[in-house]
Amino acid sequence: MNGIHDMGGMQNMGPIRYEKNEPVFHAPWEGRSFALTLAAAALQKWNIDASRHQIELIAPVDYLRMSYYERWIERLIELLVNTGVVTREEMESGKPAPGSPKTTPPLTADKVPAVLRTGGPASRDVAVTPRFKAGQRVRARNIHPTGHTRLPRYARGKLGTIHLDHGVYVFPDSNAHLLGEKPQHVYSVRFVARELWGEQAAPNDSVYVDMWDDYLEPA
Amino acid sequence: MTAKLSSEPDHDHEHQAVPSDFALRVKALESLLVEKGLVDPAALDALIDTYEHKVGPHNGARVVARAWVDPAYKKRLLADGTNAIAEFGYGGRQGEHMVVVENAPKVHNLVVCTLCSCYPWSVLGLPPVWYKSAPYRSRAVIDPRGVLGEFGLDLPEDVEVRVWDSTAELRYLVLPERPAGSENLTEEELAALVTRDAMVGVAKVELAPQEDRSEDRA
Repeated sequence: MNGIHDMGGMQNMGPIRYEKNEPVFHAPWEGRSFALTLAAAALQKWNIDASRHQIELIAPVDYLRMSYYERWIERLIELLVNTGVVTREEMESGKPAPGSPKTTPPLTADKVPAVLRTGGPASRDVAVTPRFKAGQRVRARNIHPTGHTRLPRYARGKLGTIHLDHGVYVFPDSNAHLLGEKPQHVYSVRFVARELWGEQAAPNDSVYVDMWDDYLEPA
Repeated sequence: MTAKLSSEPDHDHEHQAVPSDFALRVKALESLLVEKGLVDPAALDALIDTYEHKVGPHNGARVVARAWVDPAYKKRLLADGTNAIAEFGYGGRQGEHMVVVENAPKVHNLVVCTLCSCYPWSVLGLPPVWYKSAPYRSRAVIDPRGVLGEFGLDLPEDVEVRVWDSTAELRYLVLPERPAGSENLTEEELAALVTRDAMVGVAKVELAPQEDRSEDRA
């Protein structure tokens, strides 16, 4: 989706605001939003790609206005409601619907260290033939999917070189919409800065973008 | 940092806009999920404690210092970041697939996530607000030298800038250059010099301890 989240190359966003001695969370509710999101992920009603896409679905004006963890809590509520974990009525009343069953949380405090240590590897140990190899010239496809994609707009249609093959990973464009993992090779693709931005870029600079097989075509 | 950077937190929109209704919404959501038996409040405490007190840039700093003193380790680190970092017991969530990129006198690496906020949690902890903000995400790829200048790092023209956009599940850690004059420091002393900012690529490691080392160190 050509959304506001796809910010690479935009201008006029203002100065970078650096905060000295920045705390991990700026208010207790930020920490709770963070932790609730991780704990709710353990319900396994969605995956990380669907979760990222949910943030992309926030309307552009709201996305820019909201703080980071405001987006997180907005996303979490949408995911919970969309997957039927909670109802809008429950969200509004703050109370479980009468007669709704009480379950056991999948993530308890004692499991937190192990769950974080394991993480959620996106690599897949399946044999998939790579379409490209290191050193090969490629072109990022000029596609504009209306759903989730991790192909940034600034790279579309641009010529690059395969820097290396990272191996086989879940494809977010399908996984986000629960259309399967479609495992395929991910490559580090090097784009010369001037290919992306023209003569204003420094001649020796480059941008490396991680790209799935489906994002690329031979050049 | 530098005079060009605001040291004031951005109260406009990047965090903590403190609409108390958001705090209330979070509280209401938590109590609903707890009451439904979906979430364990003690697990929330444990998650917050992990990233406030246990996992942070001190992890990455140890990795960098080891690479500086142990050439064999550095070789492993650059060849297979995930496994070399796992030698310290660091890995898992948002560090499942690690790539380490090395700075050199004529090469400077800078890490960004233009699409969201991808960041190597296992070695750096959670990202600072500026990393997740529109100004950094938008400009790091089109004007990396301008961005670095805002951080007080003006690179000569003959230094090649490599920007790494974290668009997939690979997470990037910059291996900064070991500062001149640090030859006699121990590995532990070296680790104390390594800042979060240097491991993202917006700063170099200096002999004098940097200010962003205020993050909690376990």
